Amino acid sequence: MGDDVLTSLAGTCTLREAQPGDAVDGVPATVVASPADAGETSALMRACDAAGLTVVVRGNASKLSWGRPPERVDVVLDTTGMDALVEHSRGDLIATAGAGMPLAVLRDRLAEGGHQLVVDDLVGISTLGGAVATGLAGPRRMWTGALRDLVIGVRFVRADGTVAKAGGKVVKNVAGYDLSKLLTGSMGTLAVITEVTVRLHPVPASSWWVGATVPPDRLPQVLGTLVASQLVPHAVEVHAVPGGDPQVAALVSGTPAGSAARAEAMAPLLGAGAQVAEEPPSWWGRIPTSDGAGSPLLLRTTARLSGIPELVAEATGAGLTVTGSAGAGVLHAAGDGGLDASAAVTALRTTSVRLGGSTVVLDAPAATKTTLDTWGEVPALDLMRRVRNEFDPRRTLAPGRFVGDL
Amino acid sequence: MTNSQPRGSVTAVLEDLRGVVAAAHLLTDPAQLVTYECDGLAAYRVTPGLVVLADTAEEVAAVVRSCARHRVPFVARGSGTGLSGGALPHAEGVLVVTSRLRTLHAMRPEDQRAVVDPGVINLQVSREATPLGYYFAPDPSSQQICSIGGNVAENSGGAHCLKYGFTSNHVLALDVVTPTGEQVTLGTEAPDPPGYDLVGAFVGSEGTLGVATRAVVRLTRLPEEVRTVLAGFRSTDQAGAATSAIIAAGIVPAAIEIMDALAIEAAEKAVSCGYPAGAGAVLVVELDGAEQEVEHEYAEVERICREAGTFEFRMATDAAERAEIWKGRKSAFAAVGRISPDYIVQDGVVPRTSLPEVLRRMGEISAERGVRVANVFHAGDGNLHPLVLFDASEEGATERAEEVSGMILDLCIEHGGSITGEHGVGADKARYMPRMFTDDDLDTMQLVRCAFDPDGIANPGKVYPTPRLCGERPRVVQGAHPLQEAGMAEVF
Repeated sequence: MGDDVLTSLAGTCTLREAQPGDAVDGVPATVVASPADAGETSALMRACDAAGLTVVVRGNASKLSWGRPPERVDVVLDTTGMDALVEHSRGDLIATAGAGMPLAVLRDRLAEGGHQLVVDDLVGISTLGGAVATGLAGPRRMWTGALRDLVIGVRFVRADGTVAKAGGKVVKNVAGYDLSKLLTGSMGTLAVITEVTVRLHPVPASSWWVGATVPPDRLPQVLGTLVASQLVPHAVEVHAVPGGDPQVAALVSGTPAGSAARAEAMAPLLGAGAQVAEEPPSWWGRIPTSDGAGSPLLLRTTARLSGIPELVAEATGAGLTVTGSAGAGVLHAAGDGGLDASAAVTALRTTSVRLGGSTVVLDAPAATKTTLDTWGEVPALDLMRRVRNEFDPRRTLAPGRFVGDL
Repeated sequence: MTNSQPRGSVTAVLEDLRGVVAAAHLLTDPAQLVTYECDGLAAYRVTPGLVVLADTAEEVAAVVRSCARHRVPFVARGSGTGLSGGALPHAEGVLVVTSRLRTLHAMRPEDQRAVVDPGVINLQVSREATPLGYYFAPDPSSQQICSIGGNVAENSGGAHCLKYGFTSNHVLALDVVTPTGEQVTLGTEAPDPPGYDLVGAFVGSEGTLGVATRAVVRLTRLPEEVRTVLAGFRSTDQAGAATSAIIAAGIVPAAIEIMDALAIEAAEKAVSCGYPAGAGAVLVVELDGAEQEVEHEYAEVERICREAGTFEFRMATDAAERAEIWKGRKSAFAAVGRISPDYIVQDGVVPRTSLPEVLRRMGEISAERGVRVANVFHAGDGNLHPLVLFDASEEGATERAEEVSGMILDLCIEHGGSITGEHGVGADKARYMPRMFTDDDLDTMQLVRCAFDPDGIANPGKVYPTPRLCGERPRVVQGAHPLQEAGMAEVF
C-alpha cells in the first residue's frame, strides 16, 4: 500500500512512509508529504486527486485530533516546510507568512517591529495555518476580535490542485467573497491553506492583570460590570474547577501610566481582595487540562454574555474544569476519564443552546469519542454540505472529521 | 442541475404572488417601477420587471421561491443608497425591497447584541442603543438612511472602521432566504458556531447568496472619552506624514481622515465648515477609549502634528464641536456638486505606505488629462475616495472622467491594493475583478455561489464578470457554452 501511494505521488514533493506517530486521531497514515511551496502542494493535490487518495493537513499536530477521526488517511500533508515570513510591512501593520510558520516564531519576528498578531496560542505550539484552520482564539479576542477578524488574505490549494487566493494585503477590502472567513475554522476540509495575510496590532507598552476569586452568586454581577466597563479591558476571563469558587481576571493594556491607572480603577469592580499583577494567573490563555492520562474530554461551549455564569455553573456541576472568555462568550471545558462524557456533553449542550450558543466536542479519549455527538445540531448544515461538495466533491480532505461527517 | 431549463417570466411570479403579497405591494405600473430603476449610483439604470415591497420574511421567501421555480432573476434592495449599482434591477427580474421590514426586535446591552430587521436604518440602531450606553460601530456616511440589510450585503465600513472593523466584524447571526427559497439561520448569537463560517461568507456577498431577513448584530460600548482634532497642513504630503507617524507611534485612532484643497473648497461652499483658511490638506483624527489612554494619545498626536508642520490645530471639546469638524468631512461627496456639475465617486484602497506615491501619481494623471480630482480619504487604512469632476455637457468630458477614474483603480491594483474598500463591486466594477484576481481565484469564489445559488438567479451580473455555469468544469468549454448558443441558457 505504502509503495503504491509513494509511486503515485512520486516527483510532487518530499515524501516518506508514515510511522505510527503520524497516525491522525488513531487512524494510521500511509505517507507523509512535505511540500515546500504552493506549487508543490498543487502538484501533490493533483496527484492525490488523480489517484483517489485522502489527505489530512498537519502543521505542528497540536490540534490534529480535534473533531471526529478521519475515515481514512492516505497522505498526511505536512505544512511545516512552508514557514517563511513573506512580508512584515510595518507602516501598513500587516504581515504575510507561510501556513507552517509557528505562532511563537511569528510573535518574535513581529515584535522586532513593535507589532503582534493578536492570537492567543491556547495549546502552545500552533502554526499559523493550524490556528487559522481551527479558528483558534483566546482571551484577547475581546480586544481585536478572533482570528476570523484578523485574517485579511489567504492563499490556498484546492482538493483538485487549483491554486487560488482571496482577500489581499489591505485591511479594508470588499472585492469578492471573503473566503478567508470561510476557510478560518474549516478544519482543513475545504482547501490546503499555504499562506496567510493578517492584520497586526501594536504591542502595548504595558499590561496588567486584575484578578479575584468570586463566589458563584456574585459572578453574574462581576462579569456584567467588567464586560460593560468603559475602562476597556482587553480580556475578561473566567476559570472554575468543580467544587471551587470561580476565578476572574481582566487584562488591561496600553500606555504605562494609562494602563496602571485603569487597572487600579478596575480592581474594585472585582470586589474586595482583587489583586493587580504584572503577570497573568497560571490558568490564563490555556485550554484547561486534567491530570488523567491520554486525551481528556475537551469541549468548546458558548453562550450569550449574560449566560456565561450559568454555563460555568453547568460545566462545573457536570464535573468539568472550565476556562475561557467571559468577555466574548466562549469557554473551553475539560474533564478526565472518570466522568460520564455523554451526559456532560448533553447537559452542557442543552444549556448552551438555550443561551444562544453551542457546544462541540473538540477532543475526547479514543474509547468515547466515536460514541459522542461531536458537533451537535448544526444550523444550515445542508448549505455547508453544498459548500463542501463544491470545493471537494470527492471528499479528499479529512473526510468525516467535520460537521455532518462532511 | 437545472441550468438547461429556460427562464420563466415575471408574469408567472406575479401570478404566484397574488393573494400572498398585498396587491398594493406588487408594483407593475411603469410609473411606479421607474422609481426603482437605480440605487445610489445613478449612472446605471434598469427598469425592473416587477417590484415587491415585502412586509415579512415569509413574503421574501415566497418571492424567492417563486423566482426559483420559474428561474427568474431577483435583486434585493434596502434603502437603495449603494454606490456600486449592487441593487441595480434586472429588466426581466424581480426587485425585492426589504425596507418595510423595519422592526427592531431586541436591544440587549447585557449581551452586547441587537436583533433587527433588514430594513432598520443603521443610525436608528445607535440611537436606540445610546441611552443604554452602546452603539452600532459601522458608520457609513449614508448612515442616516442606509439599512442594516444593505450594510450586510455590502459589508459596509465607514470612517471608524480603522479601529472597530466593518459590518462583518459586527454580525453574529443572520436569518436568510437562500436563492433556492429556503429560510435558514446562519450563525448563533454567541461566536464560534459549529461548521463553516457562512455568516462570514454571506456578509459582503452583495445580494448574490440570498436575502437577509433578520440580523443579530454586536453593540459596542460607548467610549468614556472621545477627542476629535482637526489639523490644517500646507500639503497632503505633510498630512500623510503625520498619519504615518501616528500609526508608527502605536496609536490606533478611531478614525484618521484627510481632505485635500479641492475637497475643502467644496465642503466650505456647501456647509461652511470653517476649516483652516489656506489649508492644502486637513487631517481629522478621532481618539476614543478610556480617559487615561486618550489623554496620553492626544498629547502624542498633537506633538506629531506640530512636528509634521500643522499651522492650525484644534480640538473639539464637546459633541457640538465634534459634529462641526465631521460636518465638512461627511458632506464632502455631496458638496462636490457645488464646484462641479458632475462627478464620479471612486473607492479604492492602497497600502497606507503607498499613499504619498499614489497621490502624486493621481495628481500627474489629473494634470495630464485635464480632469480635476478632489481627494477625500480614510488615511488610516489607505481607503481613497477620489472625486473625479467633469461637466457632462462638454463633449468627451464623461469619457475622460471615466478613463481617469479607471486609471486610479489601476494605480490601486499596481500598489497591491483593492478596487473597492467599502462601496462594493456591484454592477460598476465587475469588469475590474479580473485585474485583481486570476480566473482560478474567481472560479473558486464561484464555488460558493454555486453552493447557494445553483441556478444563478440571485443578483446576476453583479460582482463577477461572466462566471461559468454551476456544475461546469473550468477550461473545458471553449468559447460560448453550447446551451448559450442554442439560446437555452444565459451565462450571467
